[in-house]
Amino acid sequence: MKQSIREALPGLDLVLGWEQGWDALHATPLFIRKAEDVDRLILGPTCVQSLAVQLPSLKGKKVGIVVKGCDSRAVVQLLRERLLDRAEIILFGFGCDGVVSLKRLTKVLGDLDSVTSVKKTDDRLVVESPDGRREAAFDDVCAPKCLDCAWPNAVESDHFAGPRLEPRPPAESKTALERFEEKSLDERFAFWKREMERCIRCYACRNACPMCVCRDKCLAVSRNSKFVSQEANPSESFMFQLIHVMHLAGRCVSCGECERACPMDIPLGLLRAQSTAVTEELFHEQAGTDPEAPLPLLTFKTDEETIEERD
Amino acid sequence: MDTIFIQRTDIGRWLDRLAEERTVFAPTRRDGAVVYRPYRTGFVLELDAMPTTSPKEIVFPQNETLLTYSRAGNASGGAPKVEARETLPEQKAVIFGARPCGVNGLGVFDQVFDNDKTRDAYYTARRKDTRIITFACDRPRSTCFCTNVGGGPGDAAGSDVMLYPLGDGFVAEAVTTGGKAMLSLATGAPAGDREVAAKALVETAREAMPEPLELARIRENFDKCFNDMEFWEEQSGKCLSCGACAYLCPSCHCFNITDEGTESEGKRLRSWDNCMSYTFTAEASGHNPRAAKAMRLRNRVGHKFVYFPETHEGEVACRGCGRCIVSCPSSVDIRQIAKAIQEYCDDDK
Ligand code: SF4
Ligand code: SF4
Ligand code: SF4
Ligand code: SF4
Ligand code: SF4
Repeated sequence: MKQSIREALPGLDLVLGWEQGWDALHATPLFIRKAEDVDRLILGPTCVQSLAVQLPSLKGKKVGIVVKGCDSRAVVQLLRERLLDRAEIILFGFGCDGVVSLKRLTKVLGDLDSVTSVKKTDDRLVVESPDGRREAAFDDVCAPKCLDCAWPNAVESDHFAGPRLEPRPPAESKTALERFEEKSLDERFAFWKREMERCIRCYACRNACPMCVCRDKCLAVSRNSKFVSQEANPSESFMFQLIHVMHLAGRCVSCGECERACPMDIPLGLLRAQSTAVTEELFHEQAGTDPEAPLPLLTFKTDEETIEERD
Repeated sequence: MDTIFIQRTDIGRWLDRLAEERTVFAPTRRDGAVVYRPYRTGFVLELDAMPTTSPKEIVFPQNETLLTYSRAGNASGGAPKVEARETLPEQKAVIFGARPCGVNGLGVFDQVFDNDKTRDAYYTARRKDTRIITFACDRPRSTCFCTNVGGGPGDAAGSDVMLYPLGDGFVAEAVTTGGKAMLSLATGAPAGDREVAAKALVETAREAMPEPLELARIRENFDKCFNDMEFWEEQSGKCLSCGACAYLCPSCHCFNITDEGTESEGKRLRSWDNCMSYTFTAEASGHNPRAAKAMRLRNRVGHKFVYFPETHEGEVACRGCGRCIVSCPSSVDIRQIAKAIQEYCDDDK
């Protein structure tokens, strides 16, 4: 990977990758501009952020980007929506065998501080800190999306490093969404009321979403539209979530960045999973997997195969 | 007796008694987040992890109603009757389980909202009868840097009671007369030797804090790098321009005021705002003096380390709690930015 970035760098303005952040558990986005920056690049289970979120604001520059499978879906979907220009993007793909969810990790191993090393060995994650060495089964601490990842390899790439990996089989046990949908409407409503009660309206979920393109002009904060009140309560916060979900319908690439970014640990992925399940069922396609496919919600058909409009 | 030892298992009983007179805001878990919520019997306390949110929300809520208004037509044809009613809060509260950095953050609020020139009626109404029970830190996180910005893990300034963790309980020390009154409601034993042991733990923690952050040249260098957009773009590249850092920060105090309602009735609201948001400085004309996130991050860091000290006798507004570092989805580290400014040199440009 480093070698191919080094070779391509002279023709690029920058390359987006990851470097180690303030401890070994936290990777942080790296903007590679000079050859010596390449040495700081890391690839591994802590490289959680989707760097695709940066691309729309870098339009006009020639940008390289290192992508996991799920990250590449965001790039592909942005290309498909003509929000990016393929000629300006160079994809450095690799086969990803999963990333860590800090939230699940702390649930299993407790609060971890001053982590000095994080290693994945087969199906275990080993974390070392001054408190000692702790380990867990990787499947217990990885991002939920990785458990049944169908796209571990970059969907599209100009350079591909390392071996291509086998997709994970679909989960045998019920998914979180299926379990949630078994609950009554009242129970589901009570659940969201409790969860949204701690939302601080920081909009980290929105700003971390690679597919959110309005951001600075968001309905939720624009001063006149009043779709959402400034009042802080679960129904207003939930309303904002519904705006985000609706704007992502058929576009959400299931990268989980919204949920990961939330500092209040609100299970936002569940809402996205629900909308994604509906659009996938209706249009028989997954967002961000085929750059050439027409966009279902921007394509007019007199008769939709899957939607019964009249008898 | 001003210093006693309270067993962990007796804390709930103490809070039960305190809650008879005051609303006690105490830390509790909501999945991976720790938040302050009004204490009730049966409440599950989080006595160890540092709260995700800062105690500021207790005296400066995310949103509050400043006034309500109504406007009624006049049957006899004269001017409509307009009525506006101020909605001043009443609060008798205890903040339980703040850390010294969070309490120090309230010091910034006091200076901004309650001084000789400005007295914010809503803030002071909540603040004046809010008492604080603080946990000294025996295990600072690696992202803590309070000792660099005038605080420390055992800093009692601003607190009414200090709790020093020790084994299966806390050495509790009254700092103010209000604190003494609160402590008289607790079930405890004389602290004895445990006082020395508990304070030694916190002192050891203080000595083990990470290497000092050099801030001596930051104000002078900030002027030099202010217009170097390349520098600021480098610092802010990965930032997502969200509000997580500002809303969790114990000293960030910016707000927005909006009127919501119809022509006939409604309310005026004050809600948290943050300089990382595009709309923060968006003007009605469409112009935005801080259109790029690089300018917004420059403002956030500048306010903490330069603008606030300039108007408040050199005091840095960042209290070193590390919340913005821990909760940033991009792992932006304000210490790194401060360091980059400190080391900024325009000679080689
Ligand atoms: S979803 Fe797949 S590609 Fe994405 S991080 Fe998980 S394993 Fe990697
Ligand atoms: S990131 Fe979480 S706390 Fe912030 S607005 Fe989104 S849901 Fe609310
Ligand atoms: S809504 Fe969430 S899961 Fe979907 S693309 Fe955006 S960040 Fe990813
Ligand atoms: S520094 Fe982090 S938390 Fe703050 S605005 Fe940027 S991305 Fe959000
Ligand atoms: S700027 Fe960051 S470290 Fe400083 S007080 Fe605010 S949240 Fe804490």
